[in-house]
Amino acid sequence: MSNLLEINNLCVDYVSPNGVARAVNNVSLSIAPGETLGIAGESGCGKSTLAFAISRLHKAPALISEGEIIYNGQDVLKMNNKQLRDFRWNDVSVVFQSAMNSLNPVITIGEQLTDVIMAHKKVSQKQADERAIELLNIVGIHGDRLGSFPHQLSGGMRQRVVIAIALALEPKLIIMDEPTTALDVVVEREILNELYDLKTKFGFSILFISHDLSLMGEIADRIGVMYAGNLIELGEAKEVFGKPQHPYTKGLIASFPTIHGPKERLYGIPGNPVNLLEIPQGCNFQARCGRCQDSCHQFEPSLKLTQKGHQVSCHLVEEVAAC
Amino acid sequence: MEKIMNNDLVLEPSSPLKKLKSLLKQCYAFFYGNPPAIIGGLLLSIVLAGALFAPALATHNPEKRVARPHVAPNAEHIMGSTRSGRDVYSQVLHGGRKSLSVAISAGVIAMTLAVLVGVSSGYFGGKIDERLNFLTNVFLVFPQLPLLIVLAAFLGQVGSLVITILLGVTSWPWGARVIRAQTMAIRSKEFIISAEVMGESKWRIILVEILPNLVSIVFGGFLGAVLYAMGAEAGLGILGLGDATEVSWGSMLYWAQTSSALYTGAWWEMMVPAIALAITGGALALINMSIDQVSNPKLRTGPHMKLWRQLKKQADIRRGLR
Repeated sequence: MSNLLEINNLCVDYVSPNGVARAVNNVSLSIAPGETLGIAGESGCGKSTLAFAISRLHKAPALISEGEIIYNGQDVLKMNNKQLRDFRWNDVSVVFQSAMNSLNPVITIGEQLTDVIMAHKKVSQKQADERAIELLNIVGIHGDRLGSFPHQLSGGMRQRVVIAIALALEPKLIIMDEPTTALDVVVEREILNELYDLKTKFGFSILFISHDLSLMGEIADRIGVMYAGNLIELGEAKEVFGKPQHPYTKGLIASFPTIHGPKERLYGIPGNPVNLLEIPQGCNFQARCGRCQDSCHQFEPSLKLTQKGHQVSCHLVEEVAAC
Repeated sequence: MEKIMNNDLVLEPSSPLKKLKSLLKQCYAFFYGNPPAIIGGLLLSIVLAGALFAPALATHNPEKRVARPHVAPNAEHIMGSTRSGRDVYSQVLHGGRKSLSVAISAGVIAMTLAVLVGVSSGYFGGKIDERLNFLTNVFLVFPQLPLLIVLAAFLGQVGSLVITILLGVTSWPWGARVIRAQTMAIRSKEFIISAEVMGESKWRIILVEILPNLVSIVFGGFLGAVLYAMGAEAGLGILGLGDATEVSWGSMLYWAQTSSALYTGAWWEMMVPAIALAITGGALALINMSIDQVSNPKLRTGPHMKLWRQLKKQADIRRGLR
């Protein structure tokens, strides 16, 4: 088993009064140990739904209808409650989108840190406290802060505390669902640098979910781009960023400015995301695509290997057979 | 702007039938998979229909002597007759009118006071809150039923109107407490702050932004107040503190008690109003249980949840979990 996590043909549906919306459609990807995989895409394309599915956090009306999520040879979707409890946080921890709100406002951060440790490990309160101080030091907060309440900390510090909680049990995989969206760029940079130091130190993998492509290009080893529930492009960060092949990825990259280089006119992507309840026949992106062909209206494209380690789901690109 | 208005115009002509349809759909969604609502709604509608159509359904005049005393249930008097020869079936129908109207009006009075006091002390805070809260606490520490008994005894044999007002005025403080707490919690939420920033008036904020969030509490409190008022009205009636010449479930029980109906074997005179009270109370409690789903969109269930369960089961079977 070379891959830490393997997702095969995962489908997640939302059952609504108006019909069943498929928020994640046949997504397959894998994460190697120590790798950072970025998932990009616009709002509502299924990024967070995918992340939630990995630790099986979905509640009704969401439903993981098809596929498997294999972690270290074991299917997460087949685990019973006890296995699932062990799996969560021991093996995979999550940093949520609104990380600041995932701290309980009436409990001190020290207690919230030790809670995690004591729920999963048989240690005394004192040992847990020591570990909590250590964790706070790791993310750059002084150990004296253990007795503070969340409202006494700044946004960036709260974010660090949440990351410290995610690191508490030294998981193999950390899912980060837009962890820095609410922060300013300076703090964002600080936290990401720290995260990288920690990553080299502890060697965990990261599934990084964000709509910030430039950030993604810097920190991720591989990038997956999602559109309307489909994974449409997956490849090395440099490849996807430098030589995007799917029209949607091209549009995404063309819609934000570069810091260096000449000033250029920016082009956004026209139109709106498709309604998941009225998926058209053929490619999901056809209505917004500038280079639509006949085949795009008829057949749904699937991921094709175009280069070593670069997959694209589009009728316009040619599959390269031998690589 | 014109576009928006046009849209409205397009939507409206087809509305009456569609509105009815969506209303029916909503009703269906409310009752679907919600047994307490179905049973409670059914029972309450039977009771309400009985009270509403009492003149048509009653077989005799409830205040006239129409039979010999304590006739057991038979074809002529399906629920028997009282000690003074009145038809129990007709009495229970007409008594329901009085009892329910007293209970519902008392509930309306109590909840109106509770909402007024609760929302204003919760939303405005400061001095207003201090004073209203003091008033609430004063009313809260009054022992309610003894107070009612004393007042009713002091005022002599009082009519149902006085009892309604007494019940309404004494049973609001609990509701006011809960509503105040909830209003305070909602007031500090961001959507209220943003409404204030947008320049909405205080009344609009209270009526449009806050009150809809309180619907389940207000309605639950209202049903509770109705339930309590019904019991208290019957209680006062049994004690002979109401107007015993009016026909209500309370006065029926009073006359059954004074004519020692159970000792003489005339169980029907006692049991019929008692069961009527129990059924109405049960129906109100059941509806109260199911009301949360309606007012809180997040909790709302509907036919699609059944589909979800089916799909979930299928997926579990595919994975070999079941």
